[in-house]
Amino acid sequence: MLKLGGKVIEIQNDNSPNSKLYSVSTNPNLPLVLRKQKAFLIQSEDIPEGFSHYIFFDSTSSLTNKTPSNSTYTVLTDDFSYLGHDDVIRISSTKNNARVLFRAKASNNSFLITEQCNHYCLMCSQPPKVIDDSYIIEETFELITLLPKWTKEIGFTGGEPTLFGQRFLELLRHTQSQLPNTGIHILSNGRTFKDIHYAKQYAEISHFDMMVGIPIYSSDPAKHDYIVQAKGAFDETIRGILNLKRFNQKVEIRVVIHKQSIDGLVELCEFIGRNLLFVDHVALMGLEMMGFTRANLETLWIDPYDYKDTLSEAVKLLNTYGITTSVYNHQLCLVNKDVLPFYRKSISDWKNEYAIECNGCKKQSECGGFFSSGIKHGYSSNLKPFL
Amino acid sequence: MWHSQALACKKLSKFQPIQFYNNESGTYELLPFNFDKVSDDRYVITNLVGEYLTIDSKSLQDIVNHELSPTNNLYSKLRSKQFIREPDEAYPIELLALKLRTRFARLANFTNLHIFVVTLRCDHSCPYCQVSRQSEDKASFDMTTEMADKSLAMVFRSPSPAIKIEFQGGEPLLNFEMIKYVVTTAKKLNAVHQRNLAFVIATTLSLITEEILVFCKEHNIVISTSLDGPEDLHNANRPRPNKDSYQRFIDGLQKTRAILGYNQVSALMTTTDKSLPRVKDIIDEYLKLGFKGIFLRPLSPYGFAIKTRKFMSYNTERWLEFYKEGLDYIIQLNKNGIEFSEYYSALVLKKMMTSSDPGYVDLMNPAGIGIAAIVFNYDGNVYASDESRMLAEMGDSTFLLGNVLTNTYEEIILSDKLLDALDESFTLSAPMCSECAFEIYCGAEPVYHHAIHKDFLARKPESEFCKRNMTTFKHLINIMEDDSERKSLFIDWANKC
Repeated sequence: MLKLGGKVIEIQNDNSPNSKLYSVSTNPNLPLVLRKQKAFLIQSEDIPEGFSHYIFFDSTSSLTNKTPSNSTYTVLTDDFSYLGHDDVIRISSTKNNARVLFRAKASNNSFLITEQCNHYCLMCSQPPKVIDDSYIIEETFELITLLPKWTKEIGFTGGEPTLFGQRFLELLRHTQSQLPNTGIHILSNGRTFKDIHYAKQYAEISHFDMMVGIPIYSSDPAKHDYIVQAKGAFDETIRGILNLKRFNQKVEIRVVIHKQSIDGLVELCEFIGRNLLFVDHVALMGLEMMGFTRANLETLWIDPYDYKDTLSEAVKLLNTYGITTSVYNHQLCLVNKDVLPFYRKSISDWKNEYAIECNGCKKQSECGGFFSSGIKHGYSSNLKPFL
Repeated sequence: MWHSQALACKKLSKFQPIQFYNNESGTYELLPFNFDKVSDDRYVITNLVGEYLTIDSKSLQDIVNHELSPTNNLYSKLRSKQFIREPDEAYPIELLALKLRTRFARLANFTNLHIFVVTLRCDHSCPYCQVSRQSEDKASFDMTTEMADKSLAMVFRSPSPAIKIEFQGGEPLLNFEMIKYVVTTAKKLNAVHQRNLAFVIATTLSLITEEILVFCKEHNIVISTSLDGPEDLHNANRPRPNKDSYQRFIDGLQKTRAILGYNQVSALMTTTDKSLPRVKDIIDEYLKLGFKGIFLRPLSPYGFAIKTRKFMSYNTERWLEFYKEGLDYIIQLNKNGIEFSEYYSALVLKKMMTSSDPGYVDLMNPAGIGIAAIVFNYDGNVYASDESRMLAEMGDSTFLLGNVLTNTYEEIILSDKLLDALDESFTLSAPMCSECAFEIYCGAEPVYHHAIHKDFLARKPESEFCKRNMTTFKHLINIMEDDSERKSLFIDWANKC
């Protein structure tokens, strides 16, 4: 697991009370006029002048005295040595910490823009908070301007991003303007789009590649409302999806599989085939052992080995209805063969690991593996390495 | 670590149990549905968008008496299929409306299938055939370029974004020059109209040649042909002077597949009394020749079929036996790993298991006559359907809508003949149909009912069309509810159709 954020060893010469975002550069030959917006990542004793900030690691901290005068610097622990050109980092001198917000090498970067949510899902990996955290979305506006223009895709997640209403739409327009060639994936519960005017304004952004990933956990409204711990959520989510599709917007349905959702999974797939055939993608996803999941483990945990036939049936049904389907967050040895055409290695690289049982498995490179949280907090007892 | 973390979460959380999300008032509203008994204690309930559930009689009573508990498993199934809704829920109505619009989307598109009868002449003399002529007299039974031009002008008056032109006869290849003329002229017109234009030739293949096939390949024309079963049965059903109908079909099939591609030719069968004991032989013949399915089709009561009493040679019960035996055999084939479909069932299943409409003319309401399919006859007459021109050949011109030489498109499409038949046969306002649980799967069939009962609507208890289809619907529902493997196969057929 990559460490994305943590305490720094030292922050030098920075008197600003707020945190600062820097785009990282490893190019010592960057034209001087461009250096002012960048933090230079020290990789040798050769330290070019004119960058607004310099980043050292514990192992290179002996060089800090060579920092050009009038410049600030930070010393990070060696955990951050994966940092590279075009990455974006937030350095906060008051809190004495740093967080990597964007990694140029990662295939997908997601930005959490709020911790507030109108759901309280039993298995939430990012438990919501009731606080004014609007500074996060404001910072995201700046972050977007620092991203490389070639970025293929970014994600906005939360919490519930649409709770910001108009400000969220402004963020999307801002992103479209700054990064005209970048796809946008949004994780939302879709309820805000029940307001047809909001859905219309969203559609009017006319983005070339923007999709909303919306969870539905059951075709039984009471079960869905229970899983997301919000009365009336199913009603609003369905209407939100219908409004988005009314304006030809891309919608993905995300189903997290656990003990509460597995019973009705096949019925849910039939419901999607009959009622929401026009969605662009359905993702059937394994449980992440984070946040509330661990508090509700008794209620949620089911060994993927025990539901593999149900998963096969669900995938077959969706595929029969012609719906583009993917299976995320599962291990190769815990799915039936018929699932393989739909199987994706989906866990973000920074939190992707394998179990001790996986040692020697020949298919590890094809396998999605586990969330780091799964390795730490529990996984199937039925793993069988391919030998 | 584990425990401390879990406790911390519990402190800040107030997770509610599932009961909290159940309907406290216990009240629910019934959304519109119909019901019928399908077997001993099995009832089917269906709604206006084709969703169905099978339940027992006690459950049916509980539902309508508003006595079903929110904790009952059936309660959530009823909600997710929009049979009931809780107070203040908005999405069920939105979904019903959406699915209903989808079902009827074809109405706005209007006529898609345009049948061109380029000649009545034929080289076969099938006893059940409705219309063909054994004649060398080209002038009397062939379409002329003038009629073709006028017909094509009407074809492109249809607003449908997809236009299909199907060549029929007689044996249309006996007037291949006219097929060529219509195809090339239609394509020229389409350069302006920009529709999704497709062509089909319905032929026995007995006269197919390489030259014809090269033309078909160039213009993406697909072939629809006829195969009644094994050689002896096929030859008996389809007499030719040299008794070589089957051999000519086989030769033609090979040539066609070689030039156009394996999947560019499909076959239809007709069931005569000789076919009845031989459903497996017939299906095996289709299997042997590499077809992916078969359309089990009863004889229609038109034309020579009435005249020669062939139609009366078996009744609906006997037909249904034949159909069920065949379907059972095909299901068994699939269980043994052979992919093979029965297409009539697949059309019905598409209505049962999906929210789309297969657009099959015999199972449409309002009826498909004129507004889904229309016939341009060799003599310029315009008929409301293929069966309509067959009736006319028997002397009943009820569905003769006009003539391309003397009538305008408006006169034809807005003729009382067409509108009255559509209006009077409309199943949602027809006695017995409007409250029938299978209305959504069925269709108005004004031509059939007029031919047999002299009434566009007819009394349904007397209708063999009604009896045949009701039995088919019940049979399909029963056998898939009895066996999840069959249901899975049926969903597959429904989606392939």
